[in-house]
Amino acid sequence: MPHSDRLDPRFTALPLDALVDAALARAAALGASHADVRVERVRTGQRLLRDGRLETSSDVTDLGLGVRVVHEGAWGFAAGITLTTDAAAALADQAVAAARVSRVLSDRPVELAPEPVHEGDWVSPFRLNPFDVPEVDRLGRLLELSEVVARGEGVDHVTVTLEMVDESKFYADSAGSRTRQRRVRLFPSIEAVNVADGYSSMRSCNPPSARGWEYLAGNDGWDFDAEAGRLPEWLAENVAAPSVRAGRYDLVVSPTNLWLTIHESVAHATELDRALGFEAAYAGTSFATVDGLGSLRYGSDVMTVTGDRITEHGLASCGWDDEGVEAQTFDIVRDGTLVGYQLNRQMAHDRGLARSNGCAYADSPGHIPLQRMPNVSLQPAADDTSVADLIGQVEHGLFVEGDKSWSIDMQRYNFQFTGQRFFAIENGRLTHQVRDVAYQATTTDFWGSMAAVGGRGTFVLMGALNCGKGQPAQSAPVSHGAPAALFRQVNVLNTEAEGSNL
Amino acid sequence: MSEITVWIEAALAATVSDDCVVIVNDVSEANLRWALNALTTNGQMHHRTATVIAVVRPAGAGHAGVVSGVVGSAGDLLALVAEADAAALVAPPADDASPLPEPVRDADYLADAVSTSIEVFAPLAQALGRSFADARARGHELFGFAEHRYTTVWLATSAGARRRYVEPMGRFELNAKHADRIGSAWVGRATTDFADVDGDALYAEVSERLSWCETRLELPAGRYETILPPSAVADLMIYAYWTMNGRDAEEGRNVFAGSARGATRVGERLGALPLRLSSGPGAAGLPGSPFVVATASEPGLVSVFDNGAPIEPTHWVDDGVLRRLVYPRSGARASGVPFAFPSQNLVVDAGSSTSLAELIATTKRGLLLTTLWYIREVDAETLLLTGLTRDGVYLVEDGTVVGMVNNFRFNESPVDLLKRATAASVAEPCLCREWNDEFTYTVTPALRIPDFNMSTVSKAY
Repeated sequence: MPHSDRLDPRFTALPLDALVDAALARAAALGASHADVRVERVRTGQRLLRDGRLETSSDVTDLGLGVRVVHEGAWGFAAGITLTTDAAAALADQAVAAARVSRVLSDRPVELAPEPVHEGDWVSPFRLNPFDVPEVDRLGRLLELSEVVARGEGVDHVTVTLEMVDESKFYADSAGSRTRQRRVRLFPSIEAVNVADGYSSMRSCNPPSARGWEYLAGNDGWDFDAEAGRLPEWLAENVAAPSVRAGRYDLVVSPTNLWLTIHESVAHATELDRALGFEAAYAGTSFATVDGLGSLRYGSDVMTVTGDRITEHGLASCGWDDEGVEAQTFDIVRDGTLVGYQLNRQMAHDRGLARSNGCAYADSPGHIPLQRMPNVSLQPAADDTSVADLIGQVEHGLFVEGDKSWSIDMQRYNFQFTGQRFFAIENGRLTHQVRDVAYQATTTDFWGSMAAVGGRGTFVLMGALNCGKGQPAQSAPVSHGAPAALFRQVNVLNTEAEGSNL
Repeated sequence: MSEITVWIEAALAATVSDDCVVIVNDVSEANLRWALNALTTNGQMHHRTATVIAVVRPAGAGHAGVVSGVVGSAGDLLALVAEADAAALVAPPADDASPLPEPVRDADYLADAVSTSIEVFAPLAQALGRSFADARARGHELFGFAEHRYTTVWLATSAGARRRYVEPMGRFELNAKHADRIGSAWVGRATTDFADVDGDALYAEVSERLSWCETRLELPAGRYETILPPSAVADLMIYAYWTMNGRDAEEGRNVFAGSARGATRVGERLGALPLRLSSGPGAAGLPGSPFVVATASEPGLVSVFDNGAPIEPTHWVDDGVLRRLVYPRSGARASGVPFAFPSQNLVVDAGSSTSLAELIATTKRGLLLTTLWYIREVDAETLLLTGLTRDGVYLVEDGTVVGMVNNFRFNESPVDLLKRATAASVAEPCLCREWNDEFTYTVTPALRIPDFNMSTVSKAY
C-alpha cells in the first residue's frame, strides 16, 4: 500500500538516510558480513475512564536507532537514542564489539537466507490518526459509551479504556534494501461490573484493529454503540446464571473467543525458534517438532490455518518485516496436517529453505528482531454455514463468546480458557447463560474434535496488541481471524469447584 | 554534576502550568542469552526518557497533562514541557488530584547517571564457557539469560523536590535439560551487580537438580501435599500483592473485599502461620526507591500527583492478619486510611528458621516444585489463579527426593493458600519465574500446602 504521503512527517524529517549510511559504512569497514539498521518512532497513548472519570492518561513516544551486525559469524547488537551520524557509527562499533564477545561462546556461524533487495514505502490503512483527534472529542466518545453502559440496570461500575499506537519504522541493510513504513492501530474496550452479590463482569468483545479513529467513532469494523447497549443485559443475565456442571460438552466457539485459543495453541506452537529449542528456558518449546512437518495430525480435516502479513487491518500486516523480507502468505496447517512454520532469515537458512516467510519483528529500536508471529488465521468453510447452523448440530453444549482468562503450558499442550459469556445449548437452541466455566484440553485433542467450521459469514478478524516473547521481553501486535467452529466433547471445569477446598 | 539536572531546571522554569513534575529515567542495560549450549543473542543499550506532568488548578481542581518521550537534549525536554502544558489545558479534572508532596532534596541529586556494560558479564561468560563444554560432554543442554540494568531516576517538582535514585536490576536464569528435554531443572538469582553470581556454583546446583530427573515417575491429577519453594511462593504472592487495591476492595471488586459494601478484609486473619508480607525501601535489604516515581496514574493504586512522596516500609500482612491495602494519597484521604505505595519488592516471612532441606526431610510423601508458569487469573472474587508447574516436579518419599514427576496444571488462590499453609521455611532471597521481567527482588520462604490442587496433567516438559 504505497501511500508515502501518509508517512509521519515528523519521522521522515529525520536524517534517516544519513544515519543508516553512517552505521552501514562503519559496519562494513569493521568487516561485518551483514548489517541492518532500524530507526523507529513509536508513539503510544492510553486513556482510562472509570465510572466516567479520567483515571489514566499517558502519551509516550519512543525514538531511537538499533544496529545489528553479523561479524565473523556472530550476532552483535547495539541501540541508542542519539540521532547523529557519529552516534550511529559508534553503535556499529558497539555492535561489532558485542559480536566479538558472542563469538567465543557460539557454536556455528550465523548465515541468513537471501532476500531480494526492496525499496519502498508502506502505510497501514487508516483514515484519521487517533492522535490527531482533539482530546475533548476522544474523551467525549469514551464518555458517551461509558454512559450508555452505566445507565443499564444492574451496572455498578463501568471502565472504558483506549490504547492507540502510531509506529514508524525505517529499515536499511547492507544488501541495499531501504524501506519506510507506518502502522496505526487502536484498541478501545468497555467493561461493566456488578457487585450486588459477589463480583461479575462483562467486557466488550471487539478486537484491537489496524485502523484509525474511524474504528471507534464511526463504528467502522465494529458496532460499539450496539455492543455498549447490550452489555448491561448480558451482565444481568450472567449475574443470574446458574453455575455450570463440570463435564464433557460440545462447544460452539465464537471467533471472539477462538482467536485466543488459535493464538496460544497454534500460532505460538508453530514458531520455528520454539520448535528448535531456542526459547526453551522462557516462552518454551513446542510439541509440534520438526520431525512432524508434513505428517503431524494437528486437528481434524476441516482445520486449515494460514500465516500472513497482508490481511487488511491485520495488526501484523506490513510491507516488509524487520529483516527486510517482503510480506507473504503461507500455510501452517492444511486439512489437519502440520505443513509450515514461521521463520526468520537465519532459521530459513538453517533449515535449507530458499527464503524466509517474513516473521521477524522488533517492538522498539532498542530490541533485536525476534521471530514473531504474523497474522495466523483459521480458514472458514467454503459453504455458508452460519453460527445458528453450528448450534443446530448440538444437542447439549455451550456457546462461547469473548476471551477472558487464558493459560497454556510450555510445550503448548495443556490449555485452559474462560470467556466473557457461555450460553447453554439444548437441542440445537440457545437457552440461557451459565457461569463459572473454563474449558480445558490438550491441543491436538481439541483441534481433532473440531467437527465443523462456519462459513465466511461467521469469520471475524480478532487479535491482541500485547503478545509477549523473548528476553528481554518484547510485545507485538497480531491479528487472528477465525470462523465460528464446533468442537465435540470438550472437558469443561467449574471454576468455583476448582477453587473450593471442601 | 549531571547536565540532566540543568535541563530539568530549564524545564521547570519554562512551564506555564500551576504545578509541574519532571522525571528523567536514564537506562543503561546489557544482556546475554544462550540456548543449546551456545550464546544466541546479546546487546547493550542506552536509553533516556522523560515524563512531564503539568498540572493546572482552576478552583482547586487538578487537570494533568502527562507526556513522555525520549530526551537527547535540553530542547527535547522543553518540547515535552510545552506538550504537557497544552495537554493539561484540555484535560478533564483528574480523579486522583492532590497537592504535590512536601519537597525533599537528596544530597546526591546532582550526581551523574550510573551505567553498566556487557563487560559486567565477563566472569560469568567464562563460567558459561566451561559449563557449555561440560554439558555438551554429558549430553545435556543449557539455556538461560543474564540481564543487568541501572536506571538513574531524577525527579523534580515545581514545589521544590529534587530527588535522585539509582535503581539496579540484575537477574540470572539457568535451565539445564536432558537430551530428550524431558528432564529439566532451573535455578535463578536476583542480583544488583553480578559480583555475587557464581556461574560455576549455579551450574553445579542446576546439575544436581537435573540428576534428580534420572528416575521418572508418572502421577495423576489430584490434591497433593506440596512444598512450594521460595520462587513459586514469590510468583503467587506477588499476584496477591498486585491485587491489594484498597478502593477495589471497598467496592467489592477483589478478594480483599469485606462482606459488607464499603468494607474490606483489613483486620482479618488470613492464615494460621505468623506471616508477614511487607515491601518498601530497605525491606530485608532489598533495593527499592525511597520515593514515589509514577509516570502514569493507575486507578486506585498509584497517582502522578504523588511523585516524590516518601515511601515508608509497609507491613501489608502482620502475624497472619491483613493490616493494610494500597491507596494513593487521594484515595487514602477519601477512605480515611494511610497512604500506602506498592513498592517493587516483596518480603514474605513466617519467622521460621527451618531450612528448605528440613522441610523436605520431614515430608512423608509429597511433591516438591521448582517454579510456576503461565499464571493467569480465573476468578477475581476468590483470586483463583491457574498455571503450570515447570522445570522440576519432584516426588519426595520418606524425606528424600526419589525422582521427577510429570507437570500439572494447578487451580489455586494465593489467599486461600495462606489459609491452608501448615509450615514455612526460613525466608530467603529468590528470583520468581513468571514475573521476573518486571519484579526482580523478593525474599520468601517455602510453604507446605497439605492439599495443593493439581487440576490436570500437562504432557509438557
